[in-house]
Amino acid sequence: MKRTLRILAGTTLAISMATLTAGIANAQVLFWSSQAAPVEETQKMREQVLKGFEGGVDFQPQEPGPFITRIEAEMQAGSGSIGVVGALHGDLSRYADNWVDLSGIDLSGIEVSPAFMELGKLGTSEQKYLPWMQATYVMAANKEALPFLPEGADINALTYGQLVAWAKNLAEQTGSPKFGFPAGPKGLKHRFFQGFLLPSYAGSTVTKFRSAEAEAGWTMFKELWQYANPASTNYDFMQEPLLNGDVWLAFDHIARLGEAFNQRPDDFVAFPAPAGPMGRGFMPVLAGVAIPKGAPDIEASKALVRYMIQPETQVATLLATNFFPVTDAALPAALSKSAQALGPAVTAMTSADDALPALLPVGLGDLGGQFNQVYIDTFERAVLAGQDLRQVLDQQAETLRALMVQANAPCWLPDAPSEGPCPVE
Amino acid sequence: MPQRALPYLLLLPATLFLLVFFLYPFLQIAILAFSSPEGFTLKPFQTMTTHWKFGTTLWNTILLTAIIVPIQLVMALAMATIVTKLKTGRNAILYIFTIPLGLSDLAAGIIWLAIFEQSGFLNSVLVGLGIVERPVLFLGYQNLWVIFVAVILAEVWRATAIVMVILVSGMGLIPKEYYEAAEVFGAGPWKRFLKVTLPMLRPSLQTALILRTIAAFEVFAVVVALGGTTLPVLMGETFNWQFALNDRNVAAAYALVILAISIASTLFFLRVLRTPKGATI
Repeated sequence: MKRTLRILAGTTLAISMATLTAGIANAQVLFWSSQAAPVEETQKMREQVLKGFEGGVDFQPQEPGPFITRIEAEMQAGSGSIGVVGALHGDLSRYADNWVDLSGIDLSGIEVSPAFMELGKLGTSEQKYLPWMQATYVMAANKEALPFLPEGADINALTYGQLVAWAKNLAEQTGSPKFGFPAGPKGLKHRFFQGFLLPSYAGSTVTKFRSAEAEAGWTMFKELWQYANPASTNYDFMQEPLLNGDVWLAFDHIARLGEAFNQRPDDFVAFPAPAGPMGRGFMPVLAGVAIPKGAPDIEASKALVRYMIQPETQVATLLATNFFPVTDAALPAALSKSAQALGPAVTAMTSADDALPALLPVGLGDLGGQFNQVYIDTFERAVLAGQDLRQVLDQQAETLRALMVQANAPCWLPDAPSEGPCPVE
Repeated sequence: MPQRALPYLLLLPATLFLLVFFLYPFLQIAILAFSSPEGFTLKPFQTMTTHWKFGTTLWNTILLTAIIVPIQLVMALAMATIVTKLKTGRNAILYIFTIPLGLSDLAAGIIWLAIFEQSGFLNSVLVGLGIVERPVLFLGYQNLWVIFVAVILAEVWRATAIVMVILVSGMGLIPKEYYEAAEVFGAGPWKRFLKVTLPMLRPSLQTALILRTIAAFEVFAVVVALGGTTLPVLMGETFNWQFALNDRNVAAAYALVILAISIASTLFFLRVLRTPKGATI
């Protein structure tokens, strides 16, 4: 027992000494990140993205647990050594009070997506974080499908009505349904309902779950589903049916469409998700950079944050992590084929006039799976099994409400902020 | 060492194994199914039974078992009768029949998936022969019964041999004298099968049916391979609640339902196929 204690004390001393000396000798900014954690990405971040920053960066990506623990510890201590925090919007929004106002940072010459800048305010008047990088979901089509576009439709500004008409044309004029949807066991169908369909029609993911507007959205989807390849319930990654020609028109996460563009870049086009009555709902996977109030050198941290959104840094970040720029940075020709094709579609969608970002669930913890299941069940019951839509929405709304209460999760965008758990009307 | 203690000592390792790896986890699952942060509760069962998929899930599982087990029983009886009558090549035939037993059920499911898939063997043959113009989607959500039939085929193909092996050994135990006596009294082959083989086979039938029925209630990998989540069964839902929905309590409740119907069917077979006292070979 005594011996263990002595070893423990010794180790603690050694560690604190090491930290202390490192702190003195190291004027580098500590970049504490929950992103780019895989070793290859970390290495590229250090060697290609952050190397050009004067003064040096100590880039430390972490697993979610330790990542949060240290931020909270430094918050409670009131001071710390983290200079910049890089994380997803959901994590950053948990500690809004802890971040320095970044609105004074000089952004001249760089156009950051206004929708993302707004998200970065976290509902306050201050710029709590700056957008850093993003991924999302887009549509992809085989070029053979383009002649069947309904008249007057602009592929970069489609509405859901036009999408249905397009899918209908394809089904009727080619002889078989050509729309594809990732409804397989591992497909990301729930993200479409949470982040695209419901926001576009009801302007909400949770609160208006059972509203008449949401019902209209589901009714549209049921119509669209008639023209969907019935094998859709087996599709997990849409790049495969796109490549083998079973599907000409599809929706999916950019990482799950990439292979189609990499293998046959000339055969496919990528374009933004359609818009509904409330706007062009889309689910950004947005990461941002923020500065804790207890940072050792706030000026150096601000310089690093500014460096992160420079065009060259944004492009280097894309190459390192496959996350896209949040600015209008021009993409070089040397990019992978998929990045070249998907990048403009992502930009067109996120910077569209009617863009309506809907975030990944925030604050649900391990109830995230059951939250997704509410949307999946609604789909399986109302669309696949053909049960009465109104009844299904009412029943699933009960489940959803119980979940929000259990998680005690306040609303997140596009739902209006709530006191206490997010209400389901 | 006293001779009387020896059998118990020899049984000790197996008993310990069962206690540690079966009884202990079972108790834990039973506790899980009735617990919540606030203590004892029936909520997991409530969540389970009120979930819209529960009825379908239970029905699918029972229906699958009710179809698969009788088919396997009849086929296994026929196969076992043929095998026991063989003079030459008996072992070779036995080995061939039991090949599928060596496969995991997931592998069996994938083999049948390769047949029924949109780009699978069946479609290739149909297109090649010009019977259909383009590959047919057999395993879609619209033709639930095709998935059903595919699962039945895969299960029958995979697990009939285990029933047959048990019946073959059972038939080997029936003394020849009974058949000779029956022949003397003029019983034909069919009559001999009904009046001699079947009654004498009771203990083996009982074992085989209990084993197969319990396994059929636990059908999982084959269904997942062929139908994904389109055809929900009890075991699949247990897995789903545990790993996708992160709710161990409801998963435990599902596990207990499987256990309950397994016990019920075991008791049923024990009762119906019991050997009357004194009627041993």
